[in-house]
Amino acid sequence: MENIFTQWFGNSLLTYILIPVPILVYVSVFALYAVLAERKVSAWMQNRIGPNRTDKFGLLQTILDGLKLVQKEIVNPTRSDKLYFRMAPFIVFTAAFMGYAVLPFSSVFMGVNLNIGLFYFFSITSLGVVGVLMAGWASNNKYSLYGAMRTVAQIVSYEIPTALSAIVVVMLTGTLSMNNYALAQSGGIFNWFIFGGPGDIYKIILIPIMVISVVILFISTLAETNRTPFDLTEADSELVAGVHIEYSGMLFAMFFFAEYAQMFAVSGVIATLFLGGWQSPFGDLIPFLNTPVFQVLWFLGKGLFLVFVQIWLRWTLPRVRIDQLMTMCWKYLIPITLVNLFLVGLYMLIFK
Amino acid sequence: MPYTTILFYVLAFITVVSAVVVVFNKNVIHSAFSLFFALFAVSGIFVLLRADFIAITQIMIYVGGILILLLFGVMLTTKITDIELRSKNLNTIPGIIFTVGIISILVFIITSTKWHVKAPVVNEETVSQIGKMLLTNYLLPFEIASIVLLVALIGSAMFARRIKD
Repeated sequence: MENIFTQWFGNSLLTYILIPVPILVYVSVFALYAVLAERKVSAWMQNRIGPNRTDKFGLLQTILDGLKLVQKEIVNPTRSDKLYFRMAPFIVFTAAFMGYAVLPFSSVFMGVNLNIGLFYFFSITSLGVVGVLMAGWASNNKYSLYGAMRTVAQIVSYEIPTALSAIVVVMLTGTLSMNNYALAQSGGIFNWFIFGGPGDIYKIILIPIMVISVVILFISTLAETNRTPFDLTEADSELVAGVHIEYSGMLFAMFFFAEYAQMFAVSGVIATLFLGGWQSPFGDLIPFLNTPVFQVLWFLGKGLFLVFVQIWLRWTLPRVRIDQLMTMCWKYLIPITLVNLFLVGLYMLIFK
Repeated sequence: MPYTTILFYVLAFITVVSAVVVVFNKNVIHSAFSLFFALFAVSGIFVLLRADFIAITQIMIYVGGILILLLFGVMLTTKITDIELRSKNLNTIPGIIFTVGIISILVFIITSTKWHVKAPVVNEETVSQIGKMLLTNYLLPFEIASIVLLVALIGSAMFARRIKD
């Protein structure tokens, strides 16, 4: 995408300001319809109809909700810290959005092909923690602060299994660039890393390791985006609503935008690492399906499917307790990922 | 003016202003949040120097790790000890003498050094180079650092354990 924009606008500051615009548009539209999808999926799961008043299927519902939120007054609590209270939602959203810079939507459409893309993604998305802490503290509300503290403890702990389970793919490809992961999985569905990646017959050994890795990566990214069953941060029965209790209007909406933006971002990373990224599942059998436009569709399809699984789990599973959360992270996920890492190292030593 | 120069001045401005806020603000939490902006802008300057790995490591370690720890410490301890955490200015006159001395030495060195300006080198795959260096030429410092970190980890885990009476 950098090349295309440089051709159109020349090598100036304007070019680099314009590159994020299509991605920002996509994120906004995605966030609006993901909220609707969440409400619809939950309705179907609970045998309800869901929002259906605004259009034929309620398609305008979230747009109208957004318009309503724009009109609402932004209330500053009297004893809050004005500057940081206003600043926090923007930091949270910026951190979530900055991760999109390295997501390869196709072999051509990506923000930037950074050679440390994966590392960049994991460290940038952890920046949101500062914004959450800022929001919790500046609101001057004890429930906000509790929510913020829980979020931070949860995200900081779950960063470790996230990174460790992703490193398996880094070891096999020997690169950190997101586009190279997709390139390494060319040639059909059985060359995706969930099926052991490209290689000879011995890669069958890798399949169980890879499946475990992708499940752990999914669980820990679920915890990092604070979705149910790990939504202790906004446990309504204990904490009213978490960090965004005191927020109203558009600032409140910013937190939601950030959450949904992050949901798709982590799904995109899982899709790129294990599900072939923008590669078509048919590989070279149908070369037509591997052109850049179709690659975008494959990538979005895989990402949106994972987002659907996240929504599905939200309306299926009950919330875990804080001790269960920490036990799962430190006593199960991290040891399993370390064993996985060791086994992949052994595989590479013997078969490569 | 090329846009990298503009970006450099923007980032330098953010770094300096937030560092000044860190020093002069009386509220410790405000200082910590300003430190966030200072560290983040420094990582931007690293990007302009084409040190991408160091820039991201700066964010990962200082912003994602140390700053969060600092904020947690400040927020959790104020409520427990009931001591209002505010920074005070102590030793004003020795401090001024000391800083003026350091600044004059720095200015003297910066102006008297002959700087060798080199054309920027595009360095692909910095990560693998750093990795190879760490496991060959700099293996001993690397191992010593990891042992120190392991000791710190075990020590903190021991302190954090519940002591049974």
